[in-house]
Amino acid sequence: MSMPSLPLFLSQLFNGLATGLLLSLISAGLTIIYGTLGVLNLAHGALFMVGAYAGFLALQWTGSFVLAIIGGMIGALVVGLLMERVIVRYYYQRPPEDQILVTFGIGIVITELVRLVFGGIAKPVPVPSWGQGITKLGSLIYPTYRIEMMAIIAVALLGLYVLLYRTRIGMIVRAGIEDSLMVNMLGINVYRVFLLVFGVGAMTAGFAGILNAPILAVTPDMGESFLVMSFVVIVIGGVGSFPGAIVGGIIAGEIISLTSMFSSAYSHVMLFAIMAVLLAVRPQGLFGIEGRE
Amino acid sequence: MILRTLARYSGGRPWVAELITLVVLLLCPVVLPLFGVTADIASRILIWGLFGLGFDILFGYTGLLSFGQAAFFGTGGFVSAFLLTQTGLQNDVFLGLVIGTVAAMAAGVVVGFFTLRRSGIYFAMITLAFAEMFHFLELSPLSQWTGGENGLTGVPMPIVGLESWHIQISSGWSLYGYIAAFFFVGYVVAHRIVLSPFGQVLTALRDNTPRALATGHSVRKYKLAAFVIAAGYGGLAGGLLGVLQSYMPPDAVAFHTSGQLVMQSIIGGAGTLFGPLVGAALWLGLQNYLQDVPAIASAWMLILGVVFVVLITLFRQGILGAVKQLFTKSASPSEPHESELTVELTRRQHIAGVPDEHPNQDEIPDHYLRADTPAKTRGLIIVPKGESADGAALACRNLTKHYGGIYANEGIDMSIPEGQLRGIIGPNGAGKSTFFKMLAGEVVPTEGHVFLHGADITGLGVTAVSQLGMSKSYQINELFSKLTVAQNLAIPVLARLRGEFRPDMLRSLDKVAGLHGQIEATLELVNLEQRADVPVTELAYGEKRRLEIGLALANAPNVLLLDEPLAGMSPRERADTVQLLKQIRAGRTLVVVEHDMDAMFELAEYISVLQEGRLLAEGTPEEIKNDQRVQDAYLGGMEEV
Repeated sequence: MSMPSLPLFLSQLFNGLATGLLLSLISAGLTIIYGTLGVLNLAHGALFMVGAYAGFLALQWTGSFVLAIIGGMIGALVVGLLMERVIVRYYYQRPPEDQILVTFGIGIVITELVRLVFGGIAKPVPVPSWGQGITKLGSLIYPTYRIEMMAIIAVALLGLYVLLYRTRIGMIVRAGIEDSLMVNMLGINVYRVFLLVFGVGAMTAGFAGILNAPILAVTPDMGESFLVMSFVVIVIGGVGSFPGAIVGGIIAGEIISLTSMFSSAYSHVMLFAIMAVLLAVRPQGLFGIEGRE
Repeated sequence: MILRTLARYSGGRPWVAELITLVVLLLCPVVLPLFGVTADIASRILIWGLFGLGFDILFGYTGLLSFGQAAFFGTGGFVSAFLLTQTGLQNDVFLGLVIGTVAAMAAGVVVGFFTLRRSGIYFAMITLAFAEMFHFLELSPLSQWTGGENGLTGVPMPIVGLESWHIQISSGWSLYGYIAAFFFVGYVVAHRIVLSPFGQVLTALRDNTPRALATGHSVRKYKLAAFVIAAGYGGLAGGLLGVLQSYMPPDAVAFHTSGQLVMQSIIGGAGTLFGPLVGAALWLGLQNYLQDVPAIASAWMLILGVVFVVLITLFRQGILGAVKQLFTKSASPSEPHESELTVELTRRQHIAGVPDEHPNQDEIPDHYLRADTPAKTRGLIIVPKGESADGAALACRNLTKHYGGIYANEGIDMSIPEGQLRGIIGPNGAGKSTFFKMLAGEVVPTEGHVFLHGADITGLGVTAVSQLGMSKSYQINELFSKLTVAQNLAIPVLARLRGEFRPDMLRSLDKVAGLHGQIEATLELVNLEQRADVPVTELAYGEKRRLEIGLALANAPNVLLLDEPLAGMSPRERADTVQLLKQIRAGRTLVVVEHDMDAMFELAEYISVLQEGRLLAEGTPEEIKNDQRVQDAYLGGMEEV
């Protein structure tokens, strides 16, 4: 094993940031839902996939990638809201195990429905015209679309941050995280807020799904590996913590990217191993609060 | 007799179910072909059923939802397959399977060490992540041994018998027989584990982990044991899959294997042992038969997904659970003879005045004392106490607890002599609960020490404190929600008789010396004899309250902490409970926190008053009544406005 050269290191560092930001975005959606509603949504990966398919359809009809992004968000939003209204809302009072099981089941139903309608073969989503080619960043050469994607995700995360920490509704959501019963008693319909949060979380997943579609093949199973990685992210960052999801996502992305310089075979194994070490040292995660499960 | 259902629950005759299982397994090769079920399908169902036996112990009985069982399925499968294809072990399939199982259990110890640090959703996520790690390990870093994406081919068929006389198993129904033999043994072991004292403690963890911890069970060790058992079943099932297919596939370690196991178990019914088998039969049945129906051939997974969501939402107990419930519901009203017997026995005892009739009383280990007076508590055992130099049963020095900048308690010194009934009073927010939690070992003090019979117990934790002979009843009922009254009481007794952990997995509950006697004596004392077989969810509030005190009593404490024992009771129930507290005083030290001043002044020999986290006054009830400071702070003055 030799030490990698500096340019390789820098480009991998950049790569890690790209992967990490995407993981941050997906995990933020997952962690907002968990933090507010107390539900770990195992269908989050399926919503990611729904976003990609909805975006693919919108692209087919309109030819515009911007409209595809909007379509992807709306698709995931609609499915997410349906999911909350029809099933998940009856689970708020049930044990966490039941919530995990039912969202796992819903994820399978969504995935299989998509497979039935679209088949299992990968759908192509080309890189948009404004993202073609490569860009030089100093000595670093990088695909333009990936740089744009990083910028878009950064803006989206900032938007989520503003929504959560700088608006009235965000204040209610954060209060709901602390004590939803109390919020309800203060005269705020906390269940309507729950629906909103579920919608925002689903939309975030769908947004990530269509953004990433030009890079990854669009298949019914595309969400699964992202779901697992976002679990690792929120375990590292602290379940239910928004800053934890961002930092955890970037850390996870860098781990995968930097370790693959030495051995690509071990890069994912390293991610899980580091999670295990963190669990041994700091079980509540980097930004988690002791005693809050 | 009262414990009839404890015995019935404990199987009474566990071999009946086992014999039926054996007969059904033997009949399958004759019956199933008539319905077009092939040996291959039947074998697969058994393998998933075997995998599920372990998972059911982990999830259905212990309440730990793992999404990572594929890790152990894969570990067992690949270790076995590697030994059987790449080493000189080709001729000994059995040994290969055993080593694979042991390897999976070893993996279970390691993974359990990390994952069991958290519970609930964390546990589900972390097990899943670990299984993915195993999957990645299989795919590339270890591909030299596991075949990576190709898996391992050429796993040999087993040979059964000795050198001179043996049977070469081939595919088809003879291989089914080989797998069925493993399933049968696996089932018997799982069945015995579930019925054992060990299994009883697992159900307590599932229903109320903090209370199981507080009654003196080492939750960590029991969880790890259940986790390793589940890993072992997974490993054996994985090994058998390789033998069945002559090929160990890499997707055995994939996420969907764990997911399939979870779904099958829920569909069939968790907590029934056979649930996962039923789920597997439905799963593989649908998969196979729907493939012949062109219109919906590709929709079988969708159909299963919908079935799963509907079952979770409406019939959480699954197919077998629903059947079981149907039977117990129709059975319970038509079982008058049982309760009549109970009543009869109780009546007879009262008339004859011979509560000594407890069947197992003679078997109580010698070193336990028996409370001698009054007669009604004769059956109860009390754990022997240590000796302290100053005769204090429980004492604390400079006990202080800070939460950030908030002082819950500060500098409390207290000494409670052996055998005293001490009352602790104080206005809301005086720090009584925190003080009690520190005494019981539930909260670690910021400063100061707690002494039980002269020994420093600060920081030992609630389990160790309970094992040393001090137990606590809670202000808000902390019962084991899915168990009956008698089963509830069994949990603290088992902790007393078996220590904080004992892997007596194959022992029958009936063989635990002293268990029944202690449960019956407690039932009698808290006046729940006739409700022994009732699930706690069906109890009235006052009955639950009495059971709450019973749980602490059954633990045979020599120091008993009671946190607002009268909370929420009617006047009549209060009077009864005050009588009960008087009865259980013999041989014990009692510390009671209570808001009911009349009861407190009637009961307590000595009273300590807390205010704003500090000890305000101590004295006899008479002294406290007349203490000016106490009146000002708490009882309300009679003087000037």
